[in-house]
Amino acid sequence: MTVFKRGPSRRRVLQTGLAGILATGVAPLILSRGAWAQEFCNNPTGDTVTFGLNLPLTGAYAEEGADEQKAYQLAIQHLNGEGDGGLISVLTPTALKGNGVLGKKVAFVTSDSQTKADVARAGATRMIERDGAIMVSGGSSSAEAVAVQGLCQEMGVIFMAGLTHSNDTTGKDKKRYGFRHFFNAYQSGIGLAPAIVKAYGADRRAYHLTADYTWGWTQEESMKAATEELGWETVQAVRTPLGAGDFSQFLTPVLNSGADVLILNHYGNDMVNSLTQAVQFGMRDRQTNGKNFEIVVPLFSELMAKGAGANIKGIYGTSNWHWNLQDPGTIAFTKSFGAAYGAPPSQAAHTAYVQALLYADACERAGTFYPPEVIKALEGFEFDGMGNGPTLYRAEDHQCIKNVLVVQGNESPTSEYDVLNVVQEIPRDAVAYDPAIFGGDLGPAEPAPIC
Amino acid sequence: MFEVIFLQFLNGLDKGGAYALIALGLTLVFGTLGVVNFAHGALFMLGAFCAVLFRQLITFETVTIDPTKLSPWGAPLEVRAPLVQTWFGDFGAVLVNYSVPFSILLTIPVMLVIGIALERGIIKHFYKRPHAEQILVTFGLAIVAQEIIKSFFGPNPIPQPMPEGLRGAADIGAWLGMQANVITYPIWRLVYFLFAGVIIGGVFAFLQFTTFGLVVRAGMADRETVGLLGINIDRRFTIMFGLAAVVAGMAGVMYTPLLPPNYHIGMDFLVLSFVVVVVGGMGSLPGAVAAGFLLGILQSFASMTQIKAIVPGIDQIIIYLVAVVILLVRPRGLFGRRGVMEA
Repeated sequence: MTVFKRGPSRRRVLQTGLAGILATGVAPLILSRGAWAQEFCNNPTGDTVTFGLNLPLTGAYAEEGADEQKAYQLAIQHLNGEGDGGLISVLTPTALKGNGVLGKKVAFVTSDSQTKADVARAGATRMIERDGAIMVSGGSSSAEAVAVQGLCQEMGVIFMAGLTHSNDTTGKDKKRYGFRHFFNAYQSGIGLAPAIVKAYGADRRAYHLTADYTWGWTQEESMKAATEELGWETVQAVRTPLGAGDFSQFLTPVLNSGADVLILNHYGNDMVNSLTQAVQFGMRDRQTNGKNFEIVVPLFSELMAKGAGANIKGIYGTSNWHWNLQDPGTIAFTKSFGAAYGAPPSQAAHTAYVQALLYADACERAGTFYPPEVIKALEGFEFDGMGNGPTLYRAEDHQCIKNVLVVQGNESPTSEYDVLNVVQEIPRDAVAYDPAIFGGDLGPAEPAPIC
Repeated sequence: MFEVIFLQFLNGLDKGGAYALIALGLTLVFGTLGVVNFAHGALFMLGAFCAVLFRQLITFETVTIDPTKLSPWGAPLEVRAPLVQTWFGDFGAVLVNYSVPFSILLTIPVMLVIGIALERGIIKHFYKRPHAEQILVTFGLAIVAQEIIKSFFGPNPIPQPMPEGLRGAADIGAWLGMQANVITYPIWRLVYFLFAGVIIGGVFAFLQFTTFGLVVRAGMADRETVGLLGINIDRRFTIMFGLAAVVAGMAGVMYTPLLPPNYHIGMDFLVLSFVVVVVGGMGSLPGAVAAGFLLGILQSFASMTQIKAIVPGIDQIIIYLVAVVILLVRPRGLFGRRGVMEA
C-alpha cells in the first residue's frame, strides 16, 4: 500500500490531464457542438461538399424539373462565389460569404426522378449512399417529396423540398429532416376562394377534376372546403390518373353535369392538357345556369401558362412567386437567372434556388454540417429578401409561412413571358394556420446510426 | 340523359377512331409479313414528330435586337419574326396556321422511306425467327427511335396548335334541332374521326379494288402459292410495311393538336393497340377496326359518373377486362382466323 502513496495521487493525475487538454487546445473541440458530430451521414472530409439534386427531368412535371436544375446550378455558382452573387446579397439575415459552405466548395450530383415516387426514392438513395450527398433537394411532385423525405429521415440526411404543394408534405407526413419553402394546397384554398367568389359570385356549382395522388387529393379537399364555406356547391369530384394525356373522357361528363365552374386540380403537363382540352370542348364559351361557365386552376406556374398559350387568359389560380414582382430579391433573381439562361425563372426555379441558399446559410449559422444543428438553425428561422416578403420557417411543421399570390392569366400579354398577372398578394398572416390541423409527427433529430 | 349518352358515344367513336387507325397498321404488318411489330408505336411517334419538325422548319425565325426595349432581366429585347411569313406573306401565314395538316405532305415520304428501310434493313432478317425474337428486335428499335427523338427534341411535350378555324367546339345539338350548347364537341376531334374514317376506308379500298391489293390479299392467304406463280410478293409486302408506317405516321400527325407529342407517346399507345389487335383477331383488318371502335366506346361509357358510382375505377380497367372476357369466349378474337399464331 505504501507503494501507491509514493506515486502521483488520483487528484494530481486528473489535474495534470485537464491542464494538458486545455493546453493542447482539445477542450474547445470537446465543448463545441461539432465534436460529437464526426459520425454522421456523409460528413464532408475533403474540400468539397456535395448536394444531391433529385429532379423530374422526364414525366408529367419535366418542364419544372429542367427549370429547377438550372436554378440549383445557379445557386451553387453563387454559393461558390461565381457569377453576380444572385440573392446572397439581399438575404437578411445571412451568414453566407460566397466562398462555398463552411469553406468547402459546393459540388452536386443529379438524378432523374421521372416524376415517379419510387424512382425518386431510388435516386436519392443512390446519391446518398454512392455519391455522398450531404443534403438532398428537388422534386416537382408531392408524391416524390413525401417518399424522399421519409427516406432522408431514415438516413439522417436533410431534405430541402423543391416544388411540393400537398398538405401532407408538412402535415401528416412531415419529418424532422424535411423542410418546405413552397406554399401548400390549404393556403391556395384559403387564398384563392375569396378572389374567385368575388369574381364569379357566391352561387356557383363546381366540378373538380383531380390528379389522383397526394397533392391532388389535398388540393381538391382544400378547394372544396374553402369554396363551400363561401357558398359554392360541389357537384362532383372525379380523380384522373397522373399523366393521363387525353382527358376527353373525363371532360364530356362535365358538360351536362349542371356545374358552371370546372376546377382543374392538375399540375404541369396534365394541367396544360386538361385545360387545353376543356377549352377545345367549348367550356369557356358556354352558358350554364344562366352564367358564363368558368375554369379555375388552383395552382399554376408561368411554365404551364406558356404551355397552355391563349387558353390560360383570364384563368384564376395561385402561385408561390412570380418573376414580375418588384421587390429587390425578385429583381435580383430574375436578372441573374435571365442573364444565365435567356428566360425569366419559374416558381419551381425560385423555390429550388432559395432552398439551396437557405440550407447553406443554416450550415454557416450552425457552424457545422451536423444535421441536428442545421435543423435547429432552420427551425423558426425568420428571414427576408428572397422575393416572398418576410418569411418564417415554422418550427412546428417545417413549413415556410409567407405571402401567397393570387394570379390570373394575362389577357393581353406584351411578350411570350408576360403570361401571368399578380392580382392579389395575400399577407402571410391571412394564410397562416394551426399546424396541428394536419396532424403528423416530425420525429427525432438524432442522426441515423448508419447511412 | 340522351345528351350525356350521345356525348359519350361521340367520345367513344373519336377514341375508337384513333385506336382503330393505329391497330390497322399493326394488323397490316402482321397480316402480310407475319411480324409482331412492337416498333409500331414508335412509327406513330415519328409521324407526330414529322409535324413538329415541319412546324419548326416553317417557323424558323429571324432574330433582331431592339435596343430601345429591355427584356425582364435587363438585356436588349430580341424581336423574332417567322421567316416564312416574311418571304411568302399571307400564304406563309396560312402555312403556319395549317402546319399540322400540311405536315402530312412531309410525313408521307418520310414514313414511307423509314418503313421500307426498316423492313429491308432489319425486319426481313427475322421473318423465319420465332415471334419472341421479332418482339425483342422491334421493341429494341422502338427504344432506339425514342432515344434519338429525345436527344433531338428533348423530353418535354411540344404543343402543336390546331388551325384557328378548327379550334373550339361544334354545336352538334343545334345541328340536330336541339337547344344550343346541349351537345357540343371539339371540332378537331370530329376532324380526326373523319380523317380516321377516310384512311381506314382508303386502306380497305386499296386492298379490295386494286390489282396490287388483290395480290397482297392473295399473299396474305397463301404466300408460297403466290410466289410460285412468279409474283414477287416480298417486294409488295415491303411496300405494305411502308404503307403501314405511313398510316401510323399520319395518325400521329393528326393527333398532335389533341395531345402534345413527346418521345414516349408511341409507347403509351402501343399496349392499347396490341389489345385492340388481339381482341379484333390477329391479322384481321376488319377485326382491328371493329375492336378499336368497340373498346373506344366502352372506355368512354365506363367513364360516366353513373357507371363509376357503381364500379369505381372501371374506366381504367374496362379495356383489359373486355379483352379477357372476349379471349375467354372467343380465343381467336372477334374476327380471328384459324391457324394464325397457333403453332
